Amino acid sequence: MTTTAQPALFQSGTEELISGSEAIAIACALADVDVITAYPIRPYDTVMQYVAKLKADGAFDCDFIVAESEHSQFEIVKHASAVGARTFCGSSGVGWFYAFEAITVTAGLRMPVVAMVGNRALDDPGAFGVEHNDAMAVRDLGWMLYWVATAQEALDAALLAYRVAEDPSVFLPMALSCDGSFLTHSQAIVNVPAAQQVQQYLPPYDRGRLQLHPDNPITVAPQVNEDWLMEIRRQADEAMRRSVGVIKEAYAELNEVFPSSSFQDQPSPFIEEYETEDADIVIVGMGTLALPVRVAIRRLREQGRKIGFLRVKFFRPFATEEIREALSRCKAVCVVDRDYSFGSPSYGGVLFNDLRSALYPLESRPHILNFIAGLGGREVHVNDVNEMVDITQKAVDTGKIDQETTWIGVRE
Amino acid sequence: MATVAVEVVYRGIFQKTLARNIVRSIVFAARKEGKIGTAFGRYGDSPERNGIPAKQFAIVADDAEELEENLARYEASEVDVTINVDDTMCKGIESWAWYGLQPINELTKPGGTLIVTSRQEADDLVQDMHQKDSPYDLSIIRSTVSFSGLWVYKDDHTDVRILGNLCRVCPQLVSLDSMLEAIREQFDNETKVASARRAYDLANVRPVEPGEGNPETPFKFELPGWKEMEEGLVIKAIDEGTGFRGGEEGYQPVRNSVFKKFSTRSMRPIVNFETCIKCTLCWLQCPDTCFDVTPDGLYDANMESCCGCGVCEAVCPVPDCVTMINEQHFDDNSSQYEAWQADADGYKQWMTNLIDVQKQESRTHGFHHVGGYAEEIAESAQPGGDN
Repeated sequence: MTTTAQPALFQSGTEELISGSEAIAIACALADVDVITAYPIRPYDTVMQYVAKLKADGAFDCDFIVAESEHSQFEIVKHASAVGARTFCGSSGVGWFYAFEAITVTAGLRMPVVAMVGNRALDDPGAFGVEHNDAMAVRDLGWMLYWVATAQEALDAALLAYRVAEDPSVFLPMALSCDGSFLTHSQAIVNVPAAQQVQQYLPPYDRGRLQLHPDNPITVAPQVNEDWLMEIRRQADEAMRRSVGVIKEAYAELNEVFPSSSFQDQPSPFIEEYETEDADIVIVGMGTLALPVRVAIRRLREQGRKIGFLRVKFFRPFATEEIREALSRCKAVCVVDRDYSFGSPSYGGVLFNDLRSALYPLESRPHILNFIAGLGGREVHVNDVNEMVDITQKAVDTGKIDQETTWIGVRE
Repeated sequence: MATVAVEVVYRGIFQKTLARNIVRSIVFAARKEGKIGTAFGRYGDSPERNGIPAKQFAIVADDAEELEENLARYEASEVDVTINVDDTMCKGIESWAWYGLQPINELTKPGGTLIVTSRQEADDLVQDMHQKDSPYDLSIIRSTVSFSGLWVYKDDHTDVRILGNLCRVCPQLVSLDSMLEAIREQFDNETKVASARRAYDLANVRPVEPGEGNPETPFKFELPGWKEMEEGLVIKAIDEGTGFRGGEEGYQPVRNSVFKKFSTRSMRPIVNFETCIKCTLCWLQCPDTCFDVTPDGLYDANMESCCGCGVCEAVCPVPDCVTMINEQHFDDNSSQYEAWQADADGYKQWMTNLIDVQKQESRTHGFHHVGGYAEEIAESAQPGGDN
């Protein structure tokens, strides 16, 4: 399915005052996405509202389908992707969970759907604030998972997502995780590239011999038994492994084509390092947590404290080697989880446990401490970061960890 | 530090576009001067409900690192300017986003400015506003409070008049020229540019001294720790009600002691107890169960619970028996029934007077008659508004 891309609004690069959600909606217009499905839930709904506005304004020609539920919403893009349409959808919190059957088959069928998850706490209690458990739930399913920190990055990452997901050697879906409120509802200055530049960067989605089409008679999604399944899983595993090289290449080219991308000063597509070079303690986290952490580090550095920050951008594929390399130099790692895994090892967060497992083979392992912070959208302040650093520093000074997981900012 | 923060306190839905126009224009104007900025609404306020006090912010800084200090937050910790676009909120605000009453000037920095659109006198507004221990300025833009709806925007130039005024009272934010250029670009309307310029010229301030204002301690609520909270998300019901004011006759429900929300109100009902026919409709239809049943079967609107929706006025079959009156005319939440009991003639005079005044004024939302909106627009969209 192809449509000619003639977005009226984005013929030349512009500067817009938009939220992260709106940046993703504009990225969809620039990428000339064919089919977009929607079902409202906060904070994701800010994307669908803006897509609808762009369409109503005549700036974006796409099939915009408001489904009757998230499950249908994700089913529709899966099918559209099968016939060769470039697709976009998204959800938040329990809405994302309601679509779960469709979400898992999307990866199983190797459909390069791009979705935005407006991170939101899972019910109950009904809450709108950011928590990362919703998006985290697809970490084992074959979805690539990217965590965004700024509105500019939301736009850049969305373009990267199409390029990577639709690469025939990958054909896996990708979710862009955006912190509810801080990204979805905060407007920042974003450089929007010209549509022509984007077309130069993004080749049309070509599903080739896998495309469901009358001219290409195929059957998709058979029932199988134990005699087939492991091979199918192994194929997807290989695709995820191949995505690493594709991401590197697509990232490098993105920085060439878009001089205003937020990635210009970040050599790695997978992680962002901030003041880690000589750091004794490295804080690790994802999403907009980066903002107060960077402020705290600047102040701590003024006091001579050697603190750095490693922001995990791609949670899947997990950049094991790069992260090992970056963290092997420091004395202690302070992992901040905006999620939680009940009853998990050390009663910790998901990022913490993945990270600790990645560092296990190192001969000289830094101390690793876990902090649970900012659940349900609670603000993480500079003081909270200082508290985490002080607790971590104590482990460095005494050589032992009193408590592996600490909750920060919870009312006792 | 050259970070400048501005908040707009507004009534949910009715003034959402107004607030958005203001905060976005600030960032656009700052951009003209090479500064960087962010505009955002307080997340906890949305989805907005009609009339509930809400906030939007604009924060402007010299560079990205400086701006970063203010990001990933719901509210600025303090602001250079508070803009209040409905003067009835000078009494304090309680939004969806927090528990307790927040004074309108709570975030206003020492030496900062509070801009209010109002037809009230400065001294009257200062009486409503809670005392602060630091000085600040009050700047009043003479204007009828601008209310719109979810789908319509009443373009009475309130947005650009506030922006013009803002450049005068907070010159460190942006120059008037940058602001006018931003307004021209966004609205493509020279009359709006002229309105902004005129508001700049007319801007004036009234200093508010430390300790001046409303001495009341705003009600607040301490949140419990996790060990004290009931498990399983269970909330105990409030107790049953009793007779009127705890007596044996009438009925008064027990009301939530911590969740009040009466700052939602921009108007309140007053009741004529002498013409009331005890039909029960106000009591039955009130969505907030705010009517207390008196021993003699009358209905006293309890101002601790009334959110000012006006349903009681709409359903009352007796002319001028329940009348919505602008909130600016009231200083407390005391019982009208008790006032009437104490002095029936005095009450009647007070009530009649308020009803007469109200009929002369435009309503804060809704209109007396079909076509009222068009009439107001024609009147107020003149260059410079009705300054």
